Amino acid sequence: MLFFIETVLSGLMAGVMYSLVALGFVLIFKASGIFNFAQGVFCLFAALTFVGIMEKTGVPWPVSFVLTVGVMIALAWAIERFLLSHLVNQEPIILFMATIGLAYFLEGFGDLLWGSDVKPLDIGLPSGASDWMLDTFDIYVEKLEVVAAVVAAALVTGLAIFFQKTRIGRALRAVADDHQAALSVGISLRTIWVIVWSVAGIVALVAGIMWGAKSGVQFSLSLIALKALPVLILGGFTSIPGAIVGGLIIGVGEKVAEIYLGPFVGGAIENWFAYMLALAFLLVRPQGLFGERIIERV
Amino acid sequence: MLYREAGQFKTTYDADQAIFPIAQDRWAVIAFAAIAFLVVPFFVNDYWTNAVLLPLLIYGLAALGLNILVGYCGQISLGTGGFMAVGAFASYKLMTSFPELNIAIVVLLSGGATALVGVMFGLPSLRIKGFYLAVATLAAQFFLVWLFNKVGWFYNYSATGQISVPERSIFGLVVTGPTAAPWVKYLFCLSFLALFGLIAKNVVRGRIGRNWMAIRDMDIAAELIGVRPLQTKLSAFAFSSFYVGMAGSLLFTIYLGAIEVTEVFGINVSFLVLFMVIIGGLGSILGSFLGATFLVLMPIFLKNFMVDGLGLLPVLAKHVEILLMGLLIMGFLIVEPHGLARMWQILKEKFRLWPFPY
Repeated sequence: MLFFIETVLSGLMAGVMYSLVALGFVLIFKASGIFNFAQGVFCLFAALTFVGIMEKTGVPWPVSFVLTVGVMIALAWAIERFLLSHLVNQEPIILFMATIGLAYFLEGFGDLLWGSDVKPLDIGLPSGASDWMLDTFDIYVEKLEVVAAVVAAALVTGLAIFFQKTRIGRALRAVADDHQAALSVGISLRTIWVIVWSVAGIVALVAGIMWGAKSGVQFSLSLIALKALPVLILGGFTSIPGAIVGGLIIGVGEKVAEIYLGPFVGGAIENWFAYMLALAFLLVRPQGLFGERIIERV
Repeated sequence: MLYREAGQFKTTYDADQAIFPIAQDRWAVIAFAAIAFLVVPFFVNDYWTNAVLLPLLIYGLAALGLNILVGYCGQISLGTGGFMAVGAFASYKLMTSFPELNIAIVVLLSGGATALVGVMFGLPSLRIKGFYLAVATLAAQFFLVWLFNKVGWFYNYSATGQISVPERSIFGLVVTGPTAAPWVKYLFCLSFLALFGLIAKNVVRGRIGRNWMAIRDMDIAAELIGVRPLQTKLSAFAFSSFYVGMAGSLLFTIYLGAIEVTEVFGINVSFLVLFMVIIGGLGSILGSFLGATFLVLMPIFLKNFMVDGLGLLPVLAKHVEILLMGLLIMGFLIVEPHGLARMWQILKEKFRLWPFPY
């Protein structure tokens, strides 16, 4: 039983990490209807830049963090200016493909700029098991994962306040609701897109740092996008709570399945299990758990 | 002046419905096919077949298959790599279990097996649409690759998990294995591509193809006018997977000879083939071939240019290559989102009027 609780807990923590990546997808999809496949590479690129700046200049990590945020905002602006503004009104699949092109570009660019070797990311995040949990409940919990969960919770709360209470947040929600109506009341779509991509970039940076602290900053970081996709379809493309709950479900499901089902079928099932789980959910609710109801008209 | 259909009257329905109603088109295609079948085999050598021609033909077939699904029926699939793996492993099992079976039949049967798997993974498309479906098809990709990697029966319990092709011949000529002559391999793949290209062209012009397009344009409206979504979507999945499976089978038997599933049929292949379809042109047979040509030749060209031309280190060149591919894809989508096929169409219009502006 204890072991089961441990498994579920570690699944929950891993799920939080997936949610962090999925959040970036949801933000962009909500505001511009673009399925941004480059989100995973965003994480890699942001983390690479973050580590690279620290390595090259030796500044403390908060400075590097601020600088990287600046880089991500500049990147968001460039993407809007040079890519999206030329692709307005294209079909979703074309935009999707453009973001895959963007993913390639950023991957090559990041490697060229900062080199492709594995970089350790050490900004003093705690690691190892939490003693308190081990002593009181005899349960093994990674400290880093607890930190990740706290950061994710803070980030989501921050985003929620940003969306609900600020002028820009209101404009963002208006755009997500109806592009044309938002345009007609004087909201600049282009500005909103730059802001949304910047926010997604910052979320990617946080996710990249968390994942980087866990396993080093390396190319495989960009593959976590593939981990976040089942989370997305499970939670619904347009729902922020969906991304969180979806992440938790996938995280727990994956861990439990790996331990209790894996040995019977040969192991290493975590690559596809999340997808199958999400697929099973989708058959019941085609729009995901929290997605907007699909209404079709002729 | 040269390319003008003035004076070419159609007097029968047959002539009106010909695949190439314009005489110049017809002759150009016949000439092209004649060169491909009768001239090229005399000139190919090992390098050309292995580096350029075989990947071109095989990926052309795969892109054609995916285009049927994405371009004609509007169902986005990211499982191409997995389905190609099904084709490859089906032909391996068929070849080792029934050694006397003709290789051409093996390829066809592999396509059939893939079609079955495709229909199975196509079933969710009845409920799930758009990007939800695209992500759901990734399930096929990861699951199938995992299956072929883990279950020993598929690779006959070989120690390395690799599968390698036994030697087979057709008409007394060796087609598979290391001893096969380049021109035989080339002709074998070319025959498949030509035959099935023709079949696809005719299918998409007929009732089945029109049903697919109706579903693509708006599935609810199509349903209202009497197109059955179940049969139509599943037939598209079956058809597409059949082509993709054959491509996978050819990739294994003819081109590579020995494969390791996670390396050859990873998710990158799925994206590559989807790129071919998009850059070539959604909903265009010609576009599939053009897209395959572009994406097979471009990396070779870039690599040669950078490593031999500019003298960059191969490692560095690899990064630059990824970067440039990304840039090219984005640039291409900005300049012509409807793909090479649309460019070709515009060019033809220009030719018709040439030398007059309009």
